[in-house]
Parts: sequence; C-alpha cells; structure tokens
Amino acid sequence: MSKNDLAVRIFFTGVGGQGTLLATRFVGEAALEEGLPVLMSEIHGMAQRGGVVESTVVVGEGISPTIADGEADIVVAFEPLEAARALPKCGPKSVVITGTTPILPFTVSIGQGSYPELKSLYRMIEPRVSMLLKVDAESLARAADAARSSNVVMIGVLAGTGLLPISRENWEKAMQKVLPDKLIEANERAFESGYRAGRQAA
Amino acid sequence: MHELLAAATDKPQFLLGNEAIVRGAVEAGVRVVAAYPGTPSSEIIDRFFQFGSEAGIYVEYSTNEKVSMEVACAAAISGVRSLCAMKHVGLNVAADAFMTLAGVGVKAGMVIVVADDPFLHSSQNEQDTRYYAKMAGVPMLEPATPEEAYRMSIEAFQISERFGVPCLLRTSTRVNHCRGPVRVGTIADTMAVRGVFNKDPFNLVVIPAVGRKLRLVQLERIGKIKEHAEKSPLNFTVGNGGLGIITSGISWLHVQDAVRSLGIGDKVKILKLGFTNPSPKAVIREFLSGVEKALVVEEIEPVLEEAVRLVAQESKINIEIAGKGPGLVPREFELDAAKVKRAMATFFGVPFEQPEAYAAPGLPQRPPTLCPGCPHRATYYSVKQVFGEEAVYPSDIGCYTLGVLPPLKMADFLICMGSGVSTAGGFSKVLDRPVVAFIGDSTFFHAGITGLVNAVAHDHRFLLVILDNGTTAMTGHQPHPGVELTLAGKVEPKVSIEKLVRGCGVKNVAVVNPLQVKKTQAVLRDIKARMNETGGVSVLIAKSPCPLFEMRALKKKKKIVFEVAESAESGESCKRCVVELGCPAFAVTVREGGGEIVGIDEALCNGCSVCSQICDGIKPKRV
Repeated sequence: MSKNDLAVRIFFTGVGGQGTLLATRFVGEAALEEGLPVLMSEIHGMAQRGGVVESTVVVGEGISPTIADGEADIVVAFEPLEAARALPKCGPKSVVITGTTPILPFTVSIGQGSYPELKSLYRMIEPRVSMLLKVDAESLARAADAARSSNVVMIGVLAGTGLLPISRENWEKAMQKVLPDKLIEANERAFESGYRAGRQAA
Repeated sequence: MHELLAAATDKPQFLLGNEAIVRGAVEAGVRVVAAYPGTPSSEIIDRFFQFGSEAGIYVEYSTNEKVSMEVACAAAISGVRSLCAMKHVGLNVAADAFMTLAGVGVKAGMVIVVADDPFLHSSQNEQDTRYYAKMAGVPMLEPATPEEAYRMSIEAFQISERFGVPCLLRTSTRVNHCRGPVRVGTIADTMAVRGVFNKDPFNLVVIPAVGRKLRLVQLERIGKIKEHAEKSPLNFTVGNGGLGIITSGISWLHVQDAVRSLGIGDKVKILKLGFTNPSPKAVIREFLSGVEKALVVEEIEPVLEEAVRLVAQESKINIEIAGKGPGLVPREFELDAAKVKRAMATFFGVPFEQPEAYAAPGLPQRPPTLCPGCPHRATYYSVKQVFGEEAVYPSDIGCYTLGVLPPLKMADFLICMGSGVSTAGGFSKVLDRPVVAFIGDSTFFHAGITGLVNAVAHDHRFLLVILDNGTTAMTGHQPHPGVELTLAGKVEPKVSIEKLVRGCGVKNVAVVNPLQVKKTQAVLRDIKARMNETGGVSVLIAKSPCPLFEMRALKKKKKIVFEVAESAESGESCKRCVVELGCPAFAVTVREGGGEIVGIDEALCNGCSVCSQICDGIKPKRV
C-alpha cells in the first residue's frame, strides 16, 4: 500500500485520569516521526470530571479527524465498559484492543445500575469485529515495574500488532517527545511488554 | 525556553490548533494578549500565559471577554499588535465592544479568535459566530487544520493591519482541539514594545456625529476587504468535475474524506473557502458557472449556503443548489464524513450504502461528576439541609453546574454567565418561595457583580452563595482577581470577594468553610431567619480551595482518608451518605445473602471529612 492510499482511523476511549490523551499524542507523534500524514482530535471540558474521554488519531491524506459510526479501523479502549460503549464506531473489519480492568462509573458505585460482567461485554464486541484483543495492561505494567504506565502498555500493544506502518525506532523517538526524561526508562519497559503482547496476538 | 518559542527546524511540530494560533501570533509580533478562558479556546491564553514574559508579550486573564477585547483594542489603537480569544458565547459578552470597534477600527493588527462549539461539547448553545462577522462587517478567516490555523493566524494580523479593522479568526472545537503537523517559521524578535497614541477624538470618540462618519468609512472598507478576499489564496478550488461542493472550516476535512471513500474524486470540483467574510462573490460566481449543481457543506447554520444562493440569484445562475435539508446536511451538531457522504449521495445520486450501525444497549452511563473532596458538594449538601426542596436554586456556569445531577439536584435555572444572580432577583419578585442562587468565584468577577448591585438597589430578596474555590476550575485552573493561591505560591488577593460584596451594599454577609458542615449549617440557618425578618440580599461566601488545584499548587499529599468503621459494617448501611452526598469515592456493594453495604474507595477518597461529619459510622484513617 502506498502512502497515498493509506487510511487508518483509530478511536481511543477511556476514563478521565487514565492518561488517554497522552497515549493518543504518543501515537500521533510516532506517525509524524514516520513522516505519515496524521491528525489527532481530542475532546476536553466536561470529560475531565470522571467522565468518558474520547480522542482519535487518523493517518492518511485527507482524512477527517472525527470518526463516524462504523468507521474506526482500530479502537483502543483503556477500560472494558468503554470498549463496549465504542462499539457503534466499529464495523466488521475493526480491531478492538481493550484493557481488562474495570473502573466503576460513579452511578454504579452508588448503586444506580450495575457494571456488566466482563464476559458479556466481550461477547457484545467479539462476534461483530475482526479481532478483540484483551490486554491486562495493569498486570503487564506492574510486571514491568512501571505500575503507572498501563496507558503506555496499551500503545505498546497497538504498535506490536503492526497495524500502523511505524518503525520501532520512531515509536521510541516519539516517546522521548511526549514524556519527561525521568519517566522514559519505566515507560520503555511498559511499551516493550505491550509490544510483545501485541506481536503475539497479531 | 517554552516549546512554542522554539526555532524552526526542518521537521514539523505536532501542534494543537490552539497552539498553532499562538505560534502564528508570536511570529506575527503580537505584544498584548488578553482573554477570559472558555472551552475550546482556553489553551490559547494558557500558552501565552506560560511564556508571555519570556517573549516580551503582555498577557492577562481578563475578568471577562468584553474587558479582554477592550484591553486588546486599546493596544491596537496605540499601534501595538494584539489578540483576544474567547469561546462563541464569550463574543456575546464582548459584542457591545465588538460591534462599534468594527467601525472605529485599529491602527496595528488585532485578531479576535472566536471558537464555536458545534454539538455543545462544553457550552450552553450552538450559536454560529459567522453571523457576527457579517453583522459587524469585519474580515473573517476560517481554518480547517492546525497548519491552516497557524498560517491564518499570521495572515489575520496582516489583513487587520492593512484594512485597519480587527480580523476575526473563527474556529470550531475540532479545529481548536485537533493536533497536526505544523511547519513553523521564524520569530523575528521578542522585544517588548511601547505604543504611540495620537489624539484624534473625532475619529476615536464615537458620539453620533462621529459614528455616522465611521459608518460610511466602514461600508467603504467592507468593499475594499471584499476585493482582497476575491484574490485571496485562502480560497481555492480542487478538482475538475461537474459536481460542485462548496465548504469551509473543519467541513473541508469531512468533504475530502467523503469524496475519497465514495470514489468520486474525478467527478467533483470543490471550492474551499478560508476567507469567508466579506463573501468573495466573484470567486463563488466563477465556481458556480463551472459546475452542474452545487452542494454547500458547512456546520451549524446555512451561512455559506445563503451567500451562495445570493450570488446565484444576483448572477442569474440557474443551477440546483443545496445545503441544509432533510437527507442533506444537518443543521444540528457536528458533521462527520458519514453525514457528508449521505448528503452527497442524496444530492449527487451516487451510490452509498450506510453501514449497519452496531448498538451497545443497556450500558451504565458515565456522567462527569464533582470530584471527591469537592467543596461545592459540601456547600450544596448544607444548603439543601437548611433550605430544602422548596427553595428555587438559580445556578451559574462552572464545575458547580454539575450539581444539577442527582443526588444533589441543586440547580433549577441557568442560561449564561452571571444569570444566577440576576434571575434570582427576578424570581424573588414573583415567587413566594425562598430563592438561593449559586455562582462561582471566577464567574462572579466575570458577570455577577452588576447583578448583585442591581439586586441590592431594588431590594431583591434572596441568598447568593458564592462558591469560592480560589480558581477558575472548570477551564483548567486559571487565576482570577481574587486568587490567594497560584502555581507560583501564595499571594495576597488583588480583590477581596468579601470586601467587594460589602462594597456592593450587601449588609448580611458571612464567610464559611463548607467542609465544616455543622458551622456552615448554623450560619445558613441564621441567614435564613434574618432573611425572613429583613428581606433584601444576603451573601454567603463558601470558601475552600479546589482540591485538584491545591494538590497541584502546594504539591500536597493526602495524609488521611476515611473508611467505614467495622462496627458500622455489621448491619445494612442506611446509605444516607450515598443518597444525600453522592461522593464518587463511595462504593455500594451487595453482600452475600442480601443487603447493601457502603464502603469508601481509599484511592479515590480525598480526606475532606464531610461524610464523617454526617455519619458516625465513618472514621478517619492515616495513610
């Protein structure tokens, strides 16, 4: 595929405080390092107060940064309930990468409504997309001695799948740009562990 | 050095639309920047604030948008390039200055950035700023990408200075908050500059005689700007097909995407407008003459569509033109490539099958909520305990508007910044119910003071609660005139809210720390009793810092959290804390064999202690 035909739409979703915007920017910077045409879109404001945070990265010439229903090639969900909520963005060819650690919505924790069983969330997604990758990002991050970097583990998985034509070297360069020096080592370990998981799955 | 001041390299930078505007303005030599924050425009003033002194730029967080525009226009009248930035509804506040400044004009370049918010991601309405440009007769540029935002920011200064009138740079959420590659240029110098003011009252003091003269100047100027717009490379066409598409702003990206995925690139011809006011009629005329039919793709109102239809009528071009309408381009909310594809399919008769949309029904919602430890929750709780369901609660704009949600449900009416205060007075004149209004500290400075003076002058009868968390929290913790804590440390407040309130003539004033529940309620009961006796306006200042900001500014670590005592765990919880306070740190679990028990998530608990003051079963715990 030539660069002119390239069109990859990635929809990111998570909960305020999970580091989704930083992770999204990481992907955008990596695409830029690779010399790909890239746009990233994020929604601020009310989302910061414990609500859903959604962002996108689109790679390709002349692609809208707003991803319409059914048009996400990849969904990266940092939280499993949000993976299910993003299902309308998916089509039969979509790849969904989801974290497996639930964060209870405030409505659930005060007893209004219940958090669905993880199995039922996965059953909702799995048969309708081309691949559902379940990533225990928190455990991988802890095992890599980088407990606070599960967001970077998730991006490592995305990179490992090879769905984006970005070299390992450019992923690393991008990390240098988005993170302060003192956090690089831990995050490199987190990225590597996600990367391996992504390669295995793909 | 701030990254936005870095020298140009051979590589593009990955900038937010708002950052691209900032960089462009710096390269254009802006020296005065003023704004009141408002999503999605806030990063503009925030970035300037971060590096202003380093770059020789005077930067201020003005008390409101009108003030920011007036500060900036005085600089531009004195030959100093200036910029103000606001969200769409901010321009309503600044409209009085804007409309007449458009006639008076400026000497140096002045750029007014206005960010629209289609879909109301974080706004109270979906108004279209482009009508304002038309109404004021000022030049308007509409970028689609960060790259264009950067270039148009520079160009806007040039246009403004050339025609001696402020230039409006109109964006929308997806432009402000889109990040993309930008190839930056050179920053000439970072020397602060002083202005020069030449007295010229018969052009600068708008008495009616001057206003009449300026009106004629303004109309002549609009004609000249139009000539310039006709030649602007910001308006260009792409493609050679017979199916015409006219678009501007972010819609340009949706159009490209839709054309690409429908595979009709060789059938269409697209007119992409970047310089949209005054309407470049000759450009539109020429475009319409070369296509079989034309679809106008734009967000919100049919502003461009009306301009295109006008050209067709004036030039007797008899082709089919469409834009807003059933099956075509929706008028409400944001566009995306799918909506544009559907409109193109309908109008051009090209095949398009809407993919089956997957549904994910029955998922629990995740609404935004007041943070754990938020003092607003404590204030709402106490006010509700004292004034109950009977009182009417006008509210205002800020984090505390989230108090509208259950379980607090402490907002009954809201239209705009400052409406809490003034509507409370109006309600009090026609209702025989207690009225308690809420307004945040920053919003009080922005639009609450005149309403309070009015209420005192006319014996309105209500309690105004000023929720003073010491910052403009909702938009990212910007400072305001009353702050005592900044990222640089503690400061003496420039304007004391309490003194200000007393200065407005309010006699019944109290200050409480809402985290002290009993004291707060005692004060509230006292106020309630006095209101019944004497009437008039009472003010309660509920003062406690935003915990998020306090933690950031003081690098404060939490020392205690709260937990449900073991003794309270034996039976079923009464859940009063959950039902009445609804802190997100609570977690209700169903125990085996039935019955619900409340716990507290230690990671989320902020240690504010409010819940422990209303329930004996909740105890502190060191961490």
